[in-house]
Amino acid sequence: MIEAVGLTKRYGAKTAVHNLTFQVRPGAVTGFLGPNGSGKSTTMRMILGLDVPSAGRVTIGGQPFHKLPNAPRQVGALLDAKAVHGGRSARMHLLSLAQLSGIPARRVDEVLGVVGLQDVARKRSKGFSLGMGQRLGIAAALLGDPQVLLFDEPVNGLDPEGILWVRNLMRSLAAEGRTVFVSSHLMSEMALTADHLIVIGRGQLMADMSVKDFIAANSAGFARVRTPDGETEAREKLTAALVGAGAQVLPEQDGALRVTGLALPRISDIAHDVDTRLWELSPHQASLEEAYMRMTQGAVDYRSTQDQRSGLQAPPAQPGWQQPAAVPQGWAEQAYPVLPGEQPNPYAQPAPAPQAPAPAAPATPPTPPPTGPAPQGAPADLTKRDSEDAR
Amino acid sequence: MTTPQQPPAPPQNAPQTPPHAAPAGPAPVAPPHPGAQPAAGHPGQAQGYWPGQAPAGGPAGYVSPIPIRRATLLDAVASEWTKIRSVRSTMWTLGIMVLLVLGIGFLAATLVAGQDGDTGNSSPLALGFFGVLLGIICVVTLGVLTISSEYGTGMIRTTLTACPDRGRVLAAKSLVFFLLTFVITLVSTGMIAMVDSTLLNGMTSYSPDADAWLRATVGVSLYVATLGLLGLAVGALLRHSAGAITVMLGVVLLPMVLSLFMMGDALSDVRKALIEYSIPMQLSAFYATEADHMTGPTGWTPLWIMLGVAAVALAGAYASMTKRDA
Repeated sequence: MIEAVGLTKRYGAKTAVHNLTFQVRPGAVTGFLGPNGSGKSTTMRMILGLDVPSAGRVTIGGQPFHKLPNAPRQVGALLDAKAVHGGRSARMHLLSLAQLSGIPARRVDEVLGVVGLQDVARKRSKGFSLGMGQRLGIAAALLGDPQVLLFDEPVNGLDPEGILWVRNLMRSLAAEGRTVFVSSHLMSEMALTADHLIVIGRGQLMADMSVKDFIAANSAGFARVRTPDGETEAREKLTAALVGAGAQVLPEQDGALRVTGLALPRISDIAHDVDTRLWELSPHQASLEEAYMRMTQGAVDYRSTQDQRSGLQAPPAQPGWQQPAAVPQGWAEQAYPVLPGEQPNPYAQPAPAPQAPAPAAPATPPTPPPTGPAPQGAPADLTKRDSEDAR
Repeated sequence: MTTPQQPPAPPQNAPQTPPHAAPAGPAPVAPPHPGAQPAAGHPGQAQGYWPGQAPAGGPAGYVSPIPIRRATLLDAVASEWTKIRSVRSTMWTLGIMVLLVLGIGFLAATLVAGQDGDTGNSSPLALGFFGVLLGIICVVTLGVLTISSEYGTGMIRTTLTACPDRGRVLAAKSLVFFLLTFVITLVSTGMIAMVDSTLLNGMTSYSPDADAWLRATVGVSLYVATLGLLGLAVGALLRHSAGAITVMLGVVLLPMVLSLFMMGDALSDVRKALIEYSIPMQLSAFYATEADHMTGPTGWTPLWIMLGVAAVALAGAYASMTKRDA
């Protein structure tokens, strides 16, 4: 159990964390979300007693970190994958930490096996990739087999297999009754991993609720309505009628309509009234990503803008649909050429539209991934992760 | 390489390894079911938790099967010993220091022995001085790096998470560094003292007594290791390798250089003090004989001065580590 009360951290005039009060409970994965620079890492450092709060306090199991008996056996943390001496081998790094904590040296080889670094255990960590560094950091956090675990951006730089592994690791750690506190700026990742969410923006608490409540509270469901292809007249008629009934209608890329503010039966009735056939009328729940974007919109410190490339490109004129400027039109259709004798890339499907690289257009991401089961959501997350990291 | 061979993480894979880890310990406790804990539940927290898992009130939601032992200063010393021997800078700095002490000491002795005639009543042990003087720079560098490299890489945050007691970390680092450099310096100064006195046997009218031997070996080694400790303290205060090394070079060299610019009579006292208390001068005091007529600190006094300075600096480093954010 981690408990923060009125936690505040000021660096000179800048307030990094302001009056945070929250609890992280055992037996669940608690996601700690916020845009870049929102104070997540500062909060984590204060939990570990590395930074001294300007005001307020944070305790682990009722005691501040530095007063814990056997702190490394109670709390394990991954703060920064690069926080190792590059000249030291992975094994020596972990061995020194094990000795410092009074943990038997056997445990070092165990955690190396757990994170899959046993083959490079004697290599100097300077040559490690970011993903290998993350694994080494996770190994260090697991070293003491602690009941409270903190991970700061653990999936940064990991390959898809590694991301899945971390996700399962977090869940299994929590299922054993441990307190697992994971920070991330990736809502989609948290949607699959966390049970509970703590969202901060500009150092202030924005939400502290379960994932389910978070979606319910922050996202409005919408209906996808599709009129028969080619009947633009019917589509416009229906749009007008829906707007007249008080709905908000946004055209989607493939010609469907995104309708909010009206219940499904009502939409059907209106379509019937204006004599329009419907090819699709489906309920949708906005994704966690959208809910998160909506919530933190006002609290983003570092906002990317679109690369205009003024004068080099004719603006794509598609009314209603906001085409990301960085991706030229027709990019998805022009797949990579298939060389003779080469199998076509099975992943290069033109169907899904390219993801917007910037969060500047959060209101209308193309085809929001379903918030449901993990396997379907995973590929969409990866593209999102990459675009997030590229910022 | 990055991806291990293990299948994509069956959830039980990772955390259940511990039970195999401690066959020697008390009978491995099965991972306790948190539902069995007295649930000092908070209202409204049932949502979003795993089925059947009421969060426990205290931190004891999970109990590790690995026997828990309270870590001590000795554990920290073992850890620091692992750290200092597993980086190359240790081998490089100490290796170069040994080479300098032995090489220059031997060279000086052969040059002097090559000249015919009496070297007067200066101590043959004094020929080791030049090597040690240059070797100081290596020791100081290692002292700084011992702690500043942890700040530079961010490793210090990992260290302080594993051991929140700043005093213990600093004490272990100081102890390991001091003992290591003392032993290495003692071995090399001891060797060169024997070599020099053998080479110059019969050429001097002065034969060093036990105290002279002790000062030229143990005394010098203690002094050099303590100076390294000062470097460690400065490294902890500045947290920046290059900056701290520069400061330490200034401490060693600057008083001598400054004294060159203090000409007039008004400054003569300052100049005298700067020279007498400069580190090369104090180091030479360990080799001095009665006949050298040292005006500054003599005998073992330089060691006490350096110990005092290092103690003050280490106290400052401790205060800085406890007060400042890591």
